[in-house]
Amino acid sequence: MIAALAFYVFAAILIASAVMVVTSRNPVHSVLFLILAFFNAAALFLMAGAEFLALILVIVYVGAVAVLFLFIVMMLDIDFVQLRQGLQRYAPIGAVIGAILFLELLFVFGSWQFAPDVAMLRLNAVPIDPALSNTEALGRLVYTDYILLFQIAGLILLVAMIGAIVLTLRDKPANSKRQDIAVQLARAEAVALTKVPARTGLDKLGIVRRKLPEPPKPKKVAHEAHGHGHHDQEEGGHH
Amino acid sequence: MNWTLILPELVLALGGLVILAAGVLPRRDTSFAINMAVLGTLLVTAVLVLSQPEGVAFLGQYVSDAFTKFMKLLVLAGAALGLLLAMDWNVKEGLSRFEFPVLLLFSSLGMLIMVSANDLITLYLGLELLSLSLYVIAAFNRDSERSSEAGLKYFVLGALASGMLLYGSSLIYGFAGSTNFGRIADAVGTTDGTPFGLVVGLVFVLAALAFKISAVPFHMWTPDVYEGAPTPVTAFFATAPKVAAIALLTRVAAGPFGELVEQWQQVLILASLGSMILGALGAIGQRNIKRLMAYSSIGHIGYALMGLAVASEIGIRSLLLYMAIYVFTSVGTFAVLIAMRRNGRALEGVEDLAGLGRTDPAMALGMTVFMLSMAGIPPLAGFFGKLYVFLAAVQGGYWTLAVVGVLTSAISAYYYLRVIKVMYFDAGTALDPRPASLSAVLAGTGLFTVFFFVFPAPFLAAAQAAVAALLG
Repeated sequence: MIAALAFYVFAAILIASAVMVVTSRNPVHSVLFLILAFFNAAALFLMAGAEFLALILVIVYVGAVAVLFLFIVMMLDIDFVQLRQGLQRYAPIGAVIGAILFLELLFVFGSWQFAPDVAMLRLNAVPIDPALSNTEALGRLVYTDYILLFQIAGLILLVAMIGAIVLTLRDKPANSKRQDIAVQLARAEAVALTKVPARTGLDKLGIVRRKLPEPPKPKKVAHEAHGHGHHDQEEGGHH
Repeated sequence: MNWTLILPELVLALGGLVILAAGVLPRRDTSFAINMAVLGTLLVTAVLVLSQPEGVAFLGQYVSDAFTKFMKLLVLAGAALGLLLAMDWNVKEGLSRFEFPVLLLFSSLGMLIMVSANDLITLYLGLELLSLSLYVIAAFNRDSERSSEAGLKYFVLGALASGMLLYGSSLIYGFAGSTNFGRIADAVGTTDGTPFGLVVGLVFVLAALAFKISAVPFHMWTPDVYEGAPTPVTAFFATAPKVAAIALLTRVAAGPFGELVEQWQQVLILASLGSMILGALGAIGQRNIKRLMAYSSIGHIGYALMGLAVASEIGIRSLLLYMAIYVFTSVGTFAVLIAMRRNGRALEGVEDLAGLGRTDPAMALGMTVFMLSMAGIPPLAGFFGKLYVFLAAVQGGYWTLAVVGVLTSAISAYYYLRVIKVMYFDAGTALDPRPASLSAVLAGTGLFTVFFFVFPAPFLAAAQAAVAALLG
């Protein structure tokens, strides 16, 4: 009884927050609703006895992916109103295509037929050895039975990484400032340690603070203004 | 677990990792050494493939037999030739970074995995490993707007195709309860009638694979991507990945869905007819020779698919032969396109070949051989490719396919002959001297194309063994 009630509560919140992800006007709200949806899905996994998946969902999707989404949404200055501009114009044709696809899927699943052995397989609620824990069972699948596929997936990620570096990394030693630890250490004698008596300012010791440069004027495209500007500050400002 | 069976893939993967690590070491221009290392790794892998025992490994996810051997050797040959074509070009265009050969190596690994796939998941992962590498090398000239556009376009449409493949796979899995090809074949064999959901899944998978081989109606990306990508990359796109995708298509059609011949046959017949017609008509108005080759490749895929569409042993044998001949002829043609350079600038127009007959008779002769072979003029290799395919279609009683094939061959002869006419009868200035690597590739593929009719027997025997293993 309580389990059924919990299921419906979690499922209802999950669906509602999923709807809000799509319809919410503010993209930050969308991401927050997405996180809520992940939590509810994790709860559903827990109720189904898949505790490993539930925790992984929270750790990976909430902990990493959703936060990444949030960063991207906040950092990229995407004009969502502009993105939706064609919505009304294209909505009818989208609806027609969607309806046709929906009818087709209805037709497919309405006349769904299983292979003879598979019908038996479906009735078997727990396909794995009940003596194994979730984590062990998954580990056996991923690292023993499907080790080949696991390794290929790793190579795919490696290629994705190489690709990202090849297509975006630019070595411009002339324009970028890198940290050179040796140089920093060698500058130790240039740094004077001064004991400043309490309640006196730097001014009384004759140390004049450098004026900070003017902040760059805000440009129209906000994300272009990031990244620059930090280099303009003098390195000597720390002393 | 019989993991030693995947020794060729293992060596290729580890070789790739070592070469990648060596490339990252900060030393001055190591690109030539890296290119040679990748070529060597491909060669070693080919030797290992030749000596690979037959069998199934990893719970049936991986298979090795005469069919995979034939296709893998073809893929490795295409990849090695593609790298040879790219070496000099990359230096001249300022693209000689070590990542290019490494990505080419990983894409070859993806193709080997595709060819050996005996499970829907292996199929998908191999395809993704290949595709991801191809997206990157399509956009490798990142400062060129057209190259970036080609990469992006290929990526977006490729992702769509991957989605279709996964959706179709999920329907098949839903029906059969397993992703293994053998188990799917059992499930299909023991079911009465043809389940509708399974057919929908099969069509989705076929559509995704048709996208990879750029068969009509999934060809739209081909001309733009071929034109935008750097020319050696285009040469690579047109050869090895198509062989791998055709191998996959053949295995999926003949293996797990062998019982559903009537279902996939209709799809393939339509794709074959459409590709032949579009390839012939689309290329007529093209001024850019890379676009012309794109349409030509669509047409050739149409002829190759005809072999599979007739769904017979002799048909699949003709398909394998067609792909082998197509790879070498294409590589030769692209060697000429890559050598098209005047005052250090790469050229892409058909009319830029003008006067080649006088300024560089050897290359003009090579190009003539390749064009005539593609048009299917005897006694060149391309003629035999088409002959076997048409024979298979006629023997199976598929007269429409054969007649359309002959007609479109006649139409496509027009634009192939136009290239020859431009070379010999139009006036033009000399091209830059071509590098030695291109000359070697030109000579090798040219000799193969000309003298194929002298020694077709070993190729026929190899293809026959491959088909026997496939249909088992």
